[in-house]
Amino acid sequence: MLTALRNKDTYNHYFKTLKYSLYVITHPLDGTWDLTHEKRGSLAAANTIVILTVFARILKLQFTSFLFLQVYWEGINIFLYIASVLFPLALWSIGNWALTTLFDGKGRLKQVYMATAYALTPYPLIQIPMCILSNVVTLEEGSFYAVAGVISVLWSAALILCATMQIHEYTMSKTVLFTIFSLFAMLVMIFILLIFFNMINQGVAYFVSMIKEIMFRM
Amino acid sequence: MYIEMGLDMKRKYKIWILLPVLICLLLDSSIMVSAQQEGYTYNYDYWGDVQYYPDAYSVVGVYTAADLNIDTKLNNPCSVFVYEDLLYICDTGNNRIVELRRTSMTKFEMVRIIDSFTGNDAGTFSGPTDICISDDGYMYICDKGNNRIVKLDMELNYVMEFTKPTDATFDQALSFLPSRLVVDSVGRVYCIADNINKGLIKYEADGTFTGFLGASEVTYDWTDYIWKKLATEAQRAALESFVPTEYDNIYRDSEGFIFACTMNVSDEKLIDDITDISKPVRRLNLRGTDVLVSNGEWPVMGDIQWDTAGNYSGMSLITDITVLDNGIYFALDKVRGHIFAYDTQGNMLFAFGGSGNVDGYFRTPVSIEHMGYDLIVLDSLDSSFTLFTPTEYGTLTYTAIEQYNSGEYITSGDTWKSVLALNGNADQAYIGIGRSLLRQGEYKKAMEYFELKYDEENYSKAFKQYRKNLVEEHIIQIVLVVLVLIAIPLIVGKFKKVKHEIDTADIFRV
Repeated sequence: MLTALRNKDTYNHYFKTLKYSLYVITHPLDGTWDLTHEKRGSLAAANTIVILTVFARILKLQFTSFLFLQVYWEGINIFLYIASVLFPLALWSIGNWALTTLFDGKGRLKQVYMATAYALTPYPLIQIPMCILSNVVTLEEGSFYAVAGVISVLWSAALILCATMQIHEYTMSKTVLFTIFSLFAMLVMIFILLIFFNMINQGVAYFVSMIKEIMFRM
Repeated sequence: MYIEMGLDMKRKYKIWILLPVLICLLLDSSIMVSAQQEGYTYNYDYWGDVQYYPDAYSVVGVYTAADLNIDTKLNNPCSVFVYEDLLYICDTGNNRIVELRRTSMTKFEMVRIIDSFTGNDAGTFSGPTDICISDDGYMYICDKGNNRIVKLDMELNYVMEFTKPTDATFDQALSFLPSRLVVDSVGRVYCIADNINKGLIKYEADGTFTGFLGASEVTYDWTDYIWKKLATEAQRAALESFVPTEYDNIYRDSEGFIFACTMNVSDEKLIDDITDISKPVRRLNLRGTDVLVSNGEWPVMGDIQWDTAGNYSGMSLITDITVLDNGIYFALDKVRGHIFAYDTQGNMLFAFGGSGNVDGYFRTPVSIEHMGYDLIVLDSLDSSFTLFTPTEYGTLTYTAIEQYNSGEYITSGDTWKSVLALNGNADQAYIGIGRSLLRQGEYKKAMEYFELKYDEENYSKAFKQYRKNLVEEHIIQIVLVVLVLIAIPLIVGKFKKVKHEIDTADIFRV
């Protein structure tokens, strides 16, 4: 791996794939197709974009002017904030891949993850400048800030839809249908996780109380 | 040997303990605090958390019938009224009204007991519930048991009475039970009658009934309407009826508006979406429209959060209001015995009081009145009234507000700074200082104060001016920077293009 790091080509490839994300967001269908089939995207760039999204979310908390975002600092849990990006991303990737495998989708897990990560690019791209903008506008001019925020989220959502379409080679109607089914799959996964968590909790509690009772009796 | 060492050590340690204690005592003696914190005074901050304040009012005394040299104990007193330095208590259970005069800061003297009057056959009262004295010196008494409002002059001679309106709009099957009244500057009488939910009953000065005032508009959203259409008879009967609410108490402020409060509110919709049907405190103009200004962070409803146990649960039921001359009004909560002070914009200034037997706490508070800046709260179960007077903190708060309202912005800012020195939690103090700085043109400092207390509108105002000044000052630098940002890439691009053309020109090709 060290030799790969020393090689200048690795860095070139990395930056090229990172720049490719800008092409993807302006050419959704063509970009997501070439992402996986022409190998113009890379996992490293995808991870970078995910990290940037988490970063943008946390930056928003700190640097948005209080005119637009009032933060109750005593109640902020930073892990919850980070998980609010990573957890749905993981659930969506696995849920979408699992569901589409059953329904003749051509996508592999790596492709689904890479495409979803590239689709998240508008979020940090718009939110980080908006943080800076929020500090120089007044309340009346604040509608720019609100609109930009909405655009960033909707754009990402539309890109995810296009990505799903291209990777699994579905028609549009099938894409919409399977997106809704993927959301249900996410709910099912959350349900199963909850049950697991609960059962493990009870199991551990059982053993702990048994040990405590033995210790008290000694 | 060890014991000796021990004693020696003890002596040594004694000195080391006594010396700092002595020093502390000497230092402390110059910082004596005179006012004792007696109760809990609190307020809600921007996030709805309870923040404790120093006492704004302190108890002067609790007066029972024995303290006032009245022969019998007050029995279920319903209402108090203040007229200059006279205090009138409606002793409903004993069918009389007690008139007291305040002779000093702490003493009240009984002037007379009003239980009968001359000039009318039925010259006694039966359960008088409220009294009001008009500006021209006439007494109006709600004689509920006798179904009338009696007008007397100050020598207790009967002048006239107001009885059940004979109008068609008034349901004649109901009996007329006037419970509270106010009289305006021209002698018109507005009264609340039991079981009347059409608003306040309004009489002209000569006794003619002229209609109802201030019934709340009945509003409901379309989901309720559709549900009502589809519901069966039994379900419809079980639905809340969409009728206007009965008022519980009224007070006429110095500008002539009538503050009305009602206890008939539900806490479901209140905090997020205060609809007309659920406003506990209203300020009615003479057309009956509610013009209460509620620009504070939280609606004017008393407590915002409460425990869910026992008798003290549920939202505040405002049973009486009184308004100072500077526009600050106090709402008395029956559930937990709290008194809430609001300013003219609807911001809560502080809240104090409680339920209990200690001085300053109440068992069943029913009525609140003000004498100057002092407050009088009537406790019907305890058969007494409590007299509160503002502390230094309370007086400073009022002074700061009055100075700002009369235009003295700089002195108002200084007064708010003294308030802040006493109370670091006071949101209004920070915002008050910020507003005074805003008026003086110190925008950057004002912005700092507003940001501390999440005051978006004022911050936005200050920021607008600050940004304008900043840009005007540095316009040259800004234009230069923008030009450079645009010009340099253009120049570089041109440069590269020329270089490219030179490199690939034919004349240089070998």
